[in-house]
Amino acid sequence: MLGDMERARGEIARVIGEHRDRIAAAWVVAQESRLASPGAVDAEELREEAETLIACLREGLAAAVPLDHVVTGFPPIKNAVTDLSHRWARLGVSATAIAGAIFALKDACLEVLAEEISDIELRLEATQLIHRLLDAAGLLTFQTYVDSREEIIQRQNRQLLEISTPVVRLWRKVLAVPLIGTLDSARAQIVMESLLQAIQENEAAVAIIDITGVPTVDTAVAQHLMQTVAATRLMGADCILSGIRPQIAQMIARLGIDLSEIITRSSLADALTAAMRMVDDVSPGEDTRGESTLLNVP
Amino acid sequence: MSSSEIPILRLGKVLLAGLLKELDDKTAVLFADELSHQVSAVGAEAVILDITKLEVIDSFAARILVEIATMARLLGARVVVAGMRYPVAITLVELGLALPGVETALSVEHAMKKLSPPGGSRVG
Repeated sequence: MLGDMERARGEIARVIGEHRDRIAAAWVVAQESRLASPGAVDAEELREEAETLIACLREGLAAAVPLDHVVTGFPPIKNAVTDLSHRWARLGVSATAIAGAIFALKDACLEVLAEEISDIELRLEATQLIHRLLDAAGLLTFQTYVDSREEIIQRQNRQLLEISTPVVRLWRKVLAVPLIGTLDSARAQIVMESLLQAIQENEAAVAIIDITGVPTVDTAVAQHLMQTVAATRLMGADCILSGIRPQIAQMIARLGIDLSEIITRSSLADALTAAMRMVDDVSPGEDTRGESTLLNVP
Repeated sequence: MSSSEIPILRLGKVLLAGLLKELDDKTAVLFADELSHQVSAVGAEAVILDITKLEVIDSFAARILVEIATMARLLGARVVVAGMRYPVAITLVELGLALPGVETALSVEHAMKKLSPPGGSRVG
């Protein structure tokens, strides 16, 4: 049995090696008719892809690697398949189409094998072998596709975190964080840290957290907001929550969240007015830092 | 009475103490004791604790701060904690220690401003 398989393997390697041009041509034709947007990958490129894949496949079959590990454990094939997936994914080809392309290689190979191997037993063995091999390759394309998507998602997540928590200085000693989008624990943590850091650096007396852009407030978000307010107070600054829309106010009331310790205003403008009044209360004199005094010279 | 090595400066009716290194339990207790005696002896109206240099405040030190505030209030003085670093604030809030009853200020300067009523000067 094992001997048969080894023989079939050798036979496939030979056939593929001898008829690589035919297989490649058949595959290219199949791809051109299959791809939804034929312009996405041009014929010349397809031909190169096919030749690389087939050459790697042949090498893999000829190399002393256990069959089940030919695709995943033999670097040339693995690289060829992942490269192809990456390149096509960038061109906007769907994962199904990429995997389909790999599976189409099966048909191309089997057609040639059927002609070249006359022994029926051997042909069956070879067919099975090709199936196993290219199924694994198809799965690998999927894995690669998912991995690259995952990477993009992670990167966008990071970018979103970076851009979504700006702390702006509205007035002397008044800072504001306009929050946009859903607040989760990770974001709330970053908001808290960047706000507190900015308070320390600017010696700000009032911090305004504007939640106009936050779609919903649940108990967890409220908890984070309360924590931020408490931390702001510990540092010696005051915190105003602004931009509470009617729906949010209703939701907060319905959930029974107690925000009574927090100064709230309906709009950022109201919050700024309140903040400036508070700043005046706290320090009737002017900012003593020379830098700010300089900035105030008309 | 043993001393806690933390200098307590007197500025009129205000006592100013700068905590320069992390509060260990023993120092914290000694300091609270010493401060209470000083507040009572001087008849202080306010106590400013400068914690700008502290990178860590553990739950015990936080409790001592709250106790100092309570004790000072009983003796007729306000307590202002000044210059808390933001990592310290985050840690305390996450531990659920919001220092109830303790007033806060961004720096000693702000604390002084907070204590002196607009127009007049109580300090000095």
